[in-house]
Amino acid sequence: MKFQENVKFEEDLDKDFLEEIKDRSGCEEIDRCIQCGTCSSSCPMSVYMDYTPRKIMYMIKNGFKEETLHSFTPWLCASCYSCQVRCPVQIKITDVMYALKRMAIEEKAYPSRFSIPIMDKEMHKILTENGRSSELWLMLKLYLKTRNLGGMIKMAPLGLSLMKTGRMGLKKESIKNKKQLRSLLKSVKEGTK
Amino acid sequence: MKNYTYYPGCSIQTSSKHYEESLLPVLKEMGVELEEMEDWNCCGATASLSVDETASATINARNLSIAEKSGKDILAPCAACYLSLKKANQFLKEESEKSTALVEELKKNGIEYTGKVRIKHPLEVLSQEIGLDALKDKVQRKLTGLNVASYYGCQVVRPYLEFDDPDYPHSMDDLMSALGATPVDYGAKTRCCGGSLTANLEEPGARLNYILLKEAQRKEADVIVTLCPLCHFNLETTQKKIAKKYNQDFNIPILFFSQLMGLALGIPKKKLGFSRSLIPLKAMWEKLENGGTNE
Ligand code: SF4
Ligand code: SF4
Repeated sequence: MKFQENVKFEEDLDKDFLEEIKDRSGCEEIDRCIQCGTCSSSCPMSVYMDYTPRKIMYMIKNGFKEETLHSFTPWLCASCYSCQVRCPVQIKITDVMYALKRMAIEEKAYPSRFSIPIMDKEMHKILTENGRSSELWLMLKLYLKTRNLGGMIKMAPLGLSLMKTGRMGLKKESIKNKKQLRSLLKSVKEGTK
Repeated sequence: MKNYTYYPGCSIQTSSKHYEESLLPVLKEMGVELEEMEDWNCCGATASLSVDETASATINARNLSIAEKSGKDILAPCAACYLSLKKANQFLKEESEKSTALVEELKKNGIEYTGKVRIKHPLEVLSQEIGLDALKDKVQRKLTGLNVASYYGCQVVRPYLEFDDPDYPHSMDDLMSALGATPVDYGAKTRCCGGSLTANLEEPGARLNYILLKEAQRKEADVIVTLCPLCHFNLETTQKKIAKKYNQDFNIPILFFSQLMGLALGIPKKKLGFSRSLIPLKAMWEKLENGGTNE
């Protein structure tokens, strides 16, 4: 029989996690959190989250790195900024959620087969390669990547009515100077490493 | 004459064509001159910020530097573009260690940006720079009796709103009054529609938009006007799902504020993209013809 610990021992916590996060843009003030819960109560998505925004703040402060980076919470953040403008100690909570998403991607810790990180990554790829995003191609790619044939079939009627009203094109959008954009991104990335 | 560099963004040229179709003639009528940004690239919206911070700032810096060369401020009608550009602008100007390094690196790669460009939303330009009096003077057909819920959503309002009340904005409501329509006191005006999550996560997406539609119905709104392609898309396309799930068929038309403006300014109906609506507009036209009663 395999036992699982439901409580984390202090020595299993990641003591550097807080400092690691504080190094990221917008996260500098995170240890000022007073655990008031204003963020969670302002959040339109908190009812769907595995940890509410307040809990995430607590987890960061106390070194629950693994749980935080594997959580669905940052991916369920809709970037509505309701929490951020209301936080009594001005923590940039939405920016913290962004930082967590990027960190989860860097460390390959994001919830696998969940559509949101896949969508963000695919969209970023399309738009950095072509300079523009194309809604139809993004959706198709997403359904393929998540093997969500059912979702694709469900979306078909909407796709058709959008086409009928001239609101969805088959064209892959792109800028003229794709090459310049790609080399710009590449060399800026290397230069700021 | 007000002059701007126009940054359309990706959605306005595909799924939200009717936004651009109505916005451009309205701005022209109100004396705002636009020149489309040369070879602009996508702002990355919430996706790039979630994946790669440097890349996100870089693609926005490219657009900002193109605008700076033109010597004009940017006009961005999409809430996601507006915020992405503002966010990057602030970052590039903050002179932190990270941002200074990025600005230097961009310069080496031919992207010069000194931080002079301001980013504006059409609502700001119309309500602040043009003003309601100028608008009232130009109204040719009053939208008498039409109850309008103005939906502001998130990203134009938060976290940077400078031209209106961030908790309970009213500039779009004021525009609607100036057109002769009746703004309803719409409590959900800055509640979230789920943004890019809504198309992918059916349950939360339906729930968030249900709340928005329900509140509009409770206030007896005939239409909801929006200022962002994504808000518009979500409010419109979730109505079928919501009808099944919550057994409530709202059938509330979702329009862009610029479509109603165009109508009131006397721009021919055909040129304002009304035929692109997925929700039937019959009840709205009847109400307008009868000056507010649907008898
Ligand atoms: S609102 Fe701010 S202080 Fe309160 S729990 Fe959330 S992050 Fe902490
Ligand atoms: S920004 Fe994200 S975490 Fe904050 S209230 Fe909105 S959805 Fe919730």
